[in-house]
Amino acid sequence: MIKVIVVGNGMVGYKFCEKFIAKSGQEEYQITVFGEEPRRAYDRVHLSEYFAGKSADDLSLSTSNWYEENNITLNTSELITDINREQKTIHTHLEKTHTYDYLVLATGSSAFVPPIEGVDKEGVFVYRTIEDLDAIMAYAKKIKQNGATEAAVLGGGLLGLEAAKAVYDLGLNPHVVEFAPRLMPRQLDKGASDMLQSKIEELNISIHLNKSTQYIAGEDAITGMMFEENELLKVDMLVISAGIKPRDELGRVSGLEVGVRGGIVVNNKMQSSDPYIYAIGEVALYNHMIYGLVAPGYEMADVAAEQILQRDKTMRETIDMSTQLKLIGVEVASFGDPFIENEDVTAIVYENKLSGIYKRINVTKDSKTLLGGILVGDSSDYNALFQIYSNAMPLPKNPEDLILGSRGGGSSTMGSAMDLPDSAVICSCENVTKGAICCSIIDETSSNLSDVVKLTKATTGCGGCKPMVADLVKETQKSLGKEVKDVVCEHFAYSRQELYDIVKINKFTNHNEVLGTVGKGDGCEICKPVLSSIFSSIYNDTANKHIPEQDSNDRFLANIQRNGTYSVVPRVTGGEISADKLIILGEVAKKYNLYTKITGGQRIDLFGAELNDLPAIWKILIDNGFESGHAYGKSLRTVKSCVGNTWCRYGMDDSTTFAIELENRYKGLRSPHKIKGGVSGCIRECAEARGKDFGIIAVDGGWNLYICGNGGVNPKHAVLFAEQVDKETCFKYLDRFLMYYIRTAGPLVRTSTWLEKLEGGLDYLKQVVIEDRLGIAGALDKEMQGLVDTYACEWTQVIENPELQKRFTHFTNSEERDDTIEFVPIRDQKMPRPW
Amino acid sequence: MEDILNQYKTVNLNEVKVWFKAGKTSDFPSDGGGCIKYKNKQIAIIKFDRRNEWYACQNLCPHKMEMVLSRGMIGSAGDIPKIACPLHKNTFSLIDGSNLNGENPKIAIYPVKIVDDEVFVGFLE
Repeated sequence: MIKVIVVGNGMVGYKFCEKFIAKSGQEEYQITVFGEEPRRAYDRVHLSEYFAGKSADDLSLSTSNWYEENNITLNTSELITDINREQKTIHTHLEKTHTYDYLVLATGSSAFVPPIEGVDKEGVFVYRTIEDLDAIMAYAKKIKQNGATEAAVLGGGLLGLEAAKAVYDLGLNPHVVEFAPRLMPRQLDKGASDMLQSKIEELNISIHLNKSTQYIAGEDAITGMMFEENELLKVDMLVISAGIKPRDELGRVSGLEVGVRGGIVVNNKMQSSDPYIYAIGEVALYNHMIYGLVAPGYEMADVAAEQILQRDKTMRETIDMSTQLKLIGVEVASFGDPFIENEDVTAIVYENKLSGIYKRINVTKDSKTLLGGILVGDSSDYNALFQIYSNAMPLPKNPEDLILGSRGGGSSTMGSAMDLPDSAVICSCENVTKGAICCSIIDETSSNLSDVVKLTKATTGCGGCKPMVADLVKETQKSLGKEVKDVVCEHFAYSRQELYDIVKINKFTNHNEVLGTVGKGDGCEICKPVLSSIFSSIYNDTANKHIPEQDSNDRFLANIQRNGTYSVVPRVTGGEISADKLIILGEVAKKYNLYTKITGGQRIDLFGAELNDLPAIWKILIDNGFESGHAYGKSLRTVKSCVGNTWCRYGMDDSTTFAIELENRYKGLRSPHKIKGGVSGCIRECAEARGKDFGIIAVDGGWNLYICGNGGVNPKHAVLFAEQVDKETCFKYLDRFLMYYIRTAGPLVRTSTWLEKLEGGLDYLKQVVIEDRLGIAGALDKEMQGLVDTYACEWTQVIENPELQKRFTHFTNSEERDDTIEFVPIRDQKMPRPW
Repeated sequence: MEDILNQYKTVNLNEVKVWFKAGKTSDFPSDGGGCIKYKNKQIAIIKFDRRNEWYACQNLCPHKMEMVLSRGMIGSAGDIPKIACPLHKNTFSLIDGSNLNGENPKIAIYPVKIVDDEVFVGFLE
């Protein structure tokens, strides 16, 4: 066996192993890995998520038995102290000696700590390893108890801003201190930095630019940072994240060539000055540069692996430093040469302070070539721009269309991903080309997106290329004449819309009928709720029918929570509730010891109810005039409202009454996803109606109707659908819009995504709803009216029918309760024992 | 937590020492599940009418250690009958207990027999 020793178990060291064992001929090699940290390699790029609740295990790149399964020996907590190059041995701090045939140094880097007086004081940290993070967390907790609120981060670059997010998540007020006159000086110009700064400052993160720190103030522990001109910033903690320093100690002690400012010098085979010793990642000095990004590190790992296997792959001459990421919730990207300025180049800049977007592209004067650019606030065009840049593709006639979108006419300016050359790198983290993705479909080694991901590892790094990879797979399948359909799941070769029509036309009334006639297998957790929802939309079946086929929450008409208990949310239409009803809610909560919280939809959520107690709780609620709030269903949730002109001195109209009328009309309406509404009494918009699936705002002369907004993962403002219309018209348009959505949307697709995918977009929807272009308006009206007329409260049904109550017991063979449920106290209430 | 998980071990039909009467067939919903208590164990019983089969497995989802599996939806993946946890939709084979859409540990599976409309589950003790 040929022995390969890898020193360093970070992201690049791990990637080397992963790449190596996937290559042919590797069977004759034995890999041994040494890591000085106590744990397996983890994802340092997403380190700040550790503060947001991810565990060390969540961040781990491999499963616990991965190394063993792949016949790799992993030694953690063991530091290599020396290399004997003549005898080809290494020496560890445990006084052990190992021989190698090839040595791979992937020791990475440590945090660069600037020589500032007082950096050794208590409360000064670096931001690099999980151990650093643990220390930061412990210290933050301690000083918070003593009333401290302010913490500084030294460094306004990429890593510094990541650290600022971490400090922010710890509940301290971060101050970012940067020596340069702008944030992310390597990636952003002044305009982009200003935009990023204003977005970050909205979160109460302070930015201090142009600051040179003279010394760290404080006796034993830090109390502040003294800048030039005797300006003191009072802070109780400092996290240094101002750059990296290659861990090249081994290179130095063993006499390998190292750079003046550190780093082990390598050639394009990733060989150091000793041909049997390779260096990769942040310790390697290639072309006089240290590359602190993951993508070049991964490519170096691949080159070293190929070289050790006696093949001839080499590192590219120029390394692309393009990057796309989300910093403190703000999308930031830069590619190519973001700053280039000379007489042959024109920079085109778009800046919108209102929406916080800055875009810059650098194109040649002849408008033919894209040289680089910067995106802040919206980086959705990054993939397309990067491909145009890196493949030197032709630009549209007006290059500004690239960042402004083509105005007038609906077609995209980016063209299709299929126009890219096969050599175009789609996933730069894993270096996967368009050719590799499409070929695997064409030669049938992959049949769908998840196969492609498994085979090529595309999208498994930062994930930014996901939409493009999905497009390529779909387009390639289409080009092969394979029909690409959004089928519901393996049991039905139909989309949700098709199933809706099939059920309606054939008058199917239960799952087995549909499955037996047009499906196969026994159904699953995906198609069963879809069909249940369709039965509700067509026949107004409540969730008391098809009970085992209802989704988790619908099955028990309540929201399942962490420990298997449920939460109870009665309807509070428009958020209006009397004192008597509030008292009832309080009494129920007290009687059943429930945790209570006001929801975002202006109602009250009662948590921690055991399954067995749900009918008794609802009996009290219903006896006192409450009804189900359908908080558990993919259905209308709430119509939020402001108080309107009955009380508010600015109100233009009675928004609360309108909200109550809307909620009463659409309550219980089952739909592809949840639906929320809002009504505001004036343009101050206190009801946040434009963040809802439908929003109505009182204006002079009537109501403005907005549709297809939502909060959630991708917040979208609702778009204006009709202006200055009366209530009756609002109802008419909403009836048709909602019914059309229910008929045609895919499962779990919200109105905003549905509208995005709807061919013809908003204009088309207006034609269908307002002008009745399809001639179905009458049918939509009738269907909605039918659903409204047959509404029934499903909890009332349960309370009135002992047969329906049977399912609310934890055990079928015992009256006992589930004794594994545990609660712990939180403030004056309780919560489930944490996972 | 490990202790709770460790009390559930798959029982093969030929190893059964005790057949516990878990209830009547009508106690369980068609194509759905219910939970029974046996000593200190919680067992999910699945009445899979579409396949004309009965299955039993631990009620504990090994992902977050909550007693909820019996409240999940059943279905099939290819030919394998499965159950989906209601908390995060992890699915488990009702034949060998393996996690079909992730890397969670296997769940324990127990033999079921029906005698005159009564449901029996097999245990080692």
